[in-house]
Amino acid sequence: MLERITPLLWLLFSAGGTVAALLFPIHVLLTGLAFPLGWLEPPPYEVAHRLLTHPVTRLYLFVLISLPLFHWAHRFRYTLYDGLQLKHLTALIAVLCYGAALLGTAMTAYLLWDIR
Amino acid sequence: MSAEPHYTLYHPRWYRRRVSVWWWLHKRSYTGFVLRELTSVFVAFFAALSLWQLLALARGPEAYGRFLSRLGTPLFLVLDAVVFLFVLFHAITWFNLTPKAMVVRLRGKRAPDWAIVGLNYAAWLVVSGAVAFVLLRG
Repeated sequence: MLERITPLLWLLFSAGGTVAALLFPIHVLLTGLAFPLGWLEPPPYEVAHRLLTHPVTRLYLFVLISLPLFHWAHRFRYTLYDGLQLKHLTALIAVLCYGAALLGTAMTAYLLWDIR
Repeated sequence: MSAEPHYTLYHPRWYRRRVSVWWWLHKRSYTGFVLRELTSVFVAFFAALSLWQLLALARGPEAYGRFLSRLGTPLFLVLDAVVFLFVLFHAITWFNLTPKAMVVRLRGKRAPDWAIVGLNYAAWLVVSGAVAFVLLRG
């Protein structure tokens, strides 16, 4: 099973890695540092909410959250193998990593679908 | 003492030298490799934080306000500063690796590595500017 979908997992890994590389630094810089430290004004609720009602923003946020989660799942899985030498737990680690990414993706999809 | 002691015959393919869990600290390039692999943890952290922001926005203005003030606590400021450094490290290593992962051919000739890396950085600048523009201007 895991072997059959390995090409797909590598595809998700590289797509998510590209999304995270291109988009995460600016998002972390703004949301995580510039807004809370008062360097710049965060978008007020009305503005942020209005942005969310646009389908392009929803698609963007889905890609922004979901793909990097799969990137993490794939890379972290191999980090555990190499770093902590947990080769005997292969199946469990794979289920936990990809399961967490799937759960995050499902939650994102539901929230984006449900927001009015 | 019931059973006979069990001896395994010599088998070269079963011989494994035990390696410390900290094997990657002995050499700079190994440390760089493991730090690069660990960037994924910080990537996941920020993805989860974005999901939390989405949840706050879905719940209404009060929840969004609480989310914003929570990000201003020292814990989150320190965390986000660390996340920023690791995400930056991920971006730089990722862009520098692309010519090795993806070979682009133009008119039968391989496009030079610096061109592919340069295009990545240019795209990074443009996309970051666009995100900042939308978030700051609404």
